[in-house]
Amino acid sequence: MSSILFLQSVVGLIVVLYPANGNSAVAESGKAALAKSKNQSSLKKDGPPVTSEVTIDKKSGNRPPEKERKKDAPPQRMQFDDQNRVGKAKRRALVNQTEAKNRVELFRHLPQYDHGSQLPNLESKLFQLDSVHPAVFKVGLRYMAGDISGVNARCTEMLRALQEAIIDYSTPPEKVLIRELTAKISSYISFINECRPLSISMGNAIRFVKRRIAKLPLSHTDVEAKTALCSDIDRFINEKIIIADKVIVGHASTKVRDGDVLLTYGLSCVVEMILLSAHDVGKKFRVVVVDSRPKLESQALLNRLIAKGLSCTYTHINAVSYIMHEVTKVFLGASAVLSNGTVLSRVGTACIAMVAHAFSVPVLICCEAFKFHERVLLDSICCNEIGDPGALATVPGRMDINYLENWTNEENLQLLNLMYDVTPSDYVSVIVTDHGMIPPTSVPVIVREYGQEHYLI
Amino acid sequence: METEAPSMENPKISAYYQTRLAHFGVVSTEWLAQAQSATNPNPPLPSSSTNSHTDKDTNFSVIDEFNRWRNHPDLAEAVAAIRALAAVISASKASTMMQLEIELKNASDTLKAWDTTSISLTAASDLFMRYVTRTSALEFEDFNSAKARLIERADKFGEISYKARKIIGMLSQDFIFDGCTILVHGFSRVVFEVLKLAAHNKKRFRVFCTEGRPDRTGLRLSNDLAKLDVPVKLVIDSAVAYTMDEVDMVLVGADGVVESGGIINMMGTYQIALVAKSMNKPVYVAAESYKFARHYPLDQKDLAPALRPVDFGVPIPSKVEVECSARDYTPPQYLTLLFTDLGVLTPSVVSDELIQLYL
Repeated sequence: MSSILFLQSVVGLIVVLYPANGNSAVAESGKAALAKSKNQSSLKKDGPPVTSEVTIDKKSGNRPPEKERKKDAPPQRMQFDDQNRVGKAKRRALVNQTEAKNRVELFRHLPQYDHGSQLPNLESKLFQLDSVHPAVFKVGLRYMAGDISGVNARCTEMLRALQEAIIDYSTPPEKVLIRELTAKISSYISFINECRPLSISMGNAIRFVKRRIAKLPLSHTDVEAKTALCSDIDRFINEKIIIADKVIVGHASTKVRDGDVLLTYGLSCVVEMILLSAHDVGKKFRVVVVDSRPKLESQALLNRLIAKGLSCTYTHINAVSYIMHEVTKVFLGASAVLSNGTVLSRVGTACIAMVAHAFSVPVLICCEAFKFHERVLLDSICCNEIGDPGALATVPGRMDINYLENWTNEENLQLLNLMYDVTPSDYVSVIVTDHGMIPPTSVPVIVREYGQEHYLI
Repeated sequence: METEAPSMENPKISAYYQTRLAHFGVVSTEWLAQAQSATNPNPPLPSSSTNSHTDKDTNFSVIDEFNRWRNHPDLAEAVAAIRALAAVISASKASTMMQLEIELKNASDTLKAWDTTSISLTAASDLFMRYVTRTSALEFEDFNSAKARLIERADKFGEISYKARKIIGMLSQDFIFDGCTILVHGFSRVVFEVLKLAAHNKKRFRVFCTEGRPDRTGLRLSNDLAKLDVPVKLVIDSAVAYTMDEVDMVLVGADGVVESGGIINMMGTYQIALVAKSMNKPVYVAAESYKFARHYPLDQKDLAPALRPVDFGVPIPSKVEVECSARDYTPPQYLTLLFTDLGVLTPSVVSDELIQLYL
């Protein structure tokens, strides 16, 4: 029932505000939220607003149970090769993005923007975007600049920004808190999404927040509701991220034996914690840190490990098959784990896992349970993120390697800088989560058993 | 006395395997002298005065109770533990639920400490604790009725575990077809029950039985099967690959079933599973559900060591090392199906069951 009311209220928003030529970003983003989270088919007929309102009303009358289910389902991802929707999104967008010139054909369904002009563009809008709360704006800016990386950090920052936004929020008169707040949160989320596409597991955190808002009793005053929400978000961050990490470290440290050679790739905060805690306990092992261009993230990890006195070996990913025969265990982090046991992680992880499997080395994936998702991915192409292709063309510190200087002018040349890849479940030996060590076949069990509880804490 | 505190002599010598040897091993004359002092097939009830595991409050020793049950060759060690723990509840003089739970926890820890290498013992104790205490009866105001409910649940769990073998026997009958050849390894009472029931149902099959060194438990099994008029062929452990062509399926028991879906069983099981997999023969495991344990070994060395001395029949120079491990780990990809009292399961379901139980 509440979904139908919600629907009609949002529809009301559209009818009232759409003719006013797009200066209220809230309404437009509200429509964006509607577009993303409700029936796709009704929007394909989206021309004059009246038609869409009629279509949506009809659909809501007929199938409330499906609406409920659809509301539970994560929003459809926008496919960027659909010209209509891209055009609409551009008109609504708060961040001006210019499309990249040499777009890779295979990845046309993903956003590919020109990275050079994004950040200055957004910075210049600092005082112009009233609809976006300053904390959210700050987070968006940091995302775009690449300051925050890693799902845990991004999630935590985003939730903290939402917390601040909630604290500063006040319901306009004659409006109900639940719907207004949800619409506002949706608009913030779409802003953050424009700055940098959300990862799958951050969607879980956002769904949690929206569910908590929807479950607020109507009788609560503003202040009560806001304090309840803030404490819920605090509890989420604490339980699902901070404490979960400690539990994971406890489980995984039991698997480190004296004399082990552990391999790690990329910069995963959980794996770093595991290595440091095993070292603190006094186990004797050495670490092989594998890195890859263009991000070279593992160098930060290497510095921190060496500072604590671990003996490390550093190499790039092209030497993985050379060094794998010495390795006894591989510890990897994950960005998300999907229902068929596949692991979505930093690009290059799949390579490491497959080489490890060929050498019969066990692969341990360490990730918190909130990153588990009901989706199923079969390949790395459907759902991915494209980074700055210009980063591939230059090597920092080597000015003489400038063969690709004018790559944008070459018609036949496209540079592809993927951020994520997918590791099939056959190459994963065990997933260490805060619920214990589970085989990759048991991921849907965790999603099923703890999924409901997850949203009802 | 070996039965009292094996941990004091040598922590790594697995009492679990000593017991199995005592019950099922073939004792040669060379062993007899050693065996008679080390193993005692019909012990009197051991005195509890010197036993440090005595529960001080109630003068009731869970270890004594456990030993009493354990020495029936027919009873699985884990079921003996469950019965002992159930007896703890009935004999308890606690007056509040918390106190009872603490007593139970202490008893369970004592049992687990008695033999740290036995997986089924640990698993059964843990499962018992969860099964018994996860009941809404604990919210009853009246302590006595709550305690009665606990005893009822404990006895029921004991019954289920005891009957588990019969259920597994019934479930596996469909898999034994007329004219099939089954390869078995080690002496598992569950597997014997399965074969006994099949013979009783007048199925025509034959069994290849590995010798099962160093216990040579295979000899005992072949003896028992011959009494049932089942055609048995004894093969030495190295001849498994040679005979695998003629075999239709492999049937083994398990000492423990781990979270990955793999099993821990007598040394040699992994080898047989590897050969069977490479020749596309199905490997079936018959295990009761109380053997599901929350371990997750990544490789063979990840298990707690369980050693048993190997007798080669000739003196070995002291410079030569001997691999004494009594068990190995078979990863789930080599197993086809698990026959349990919960039904016929694939290896990936083990984790599902464990997660649901420990939710």
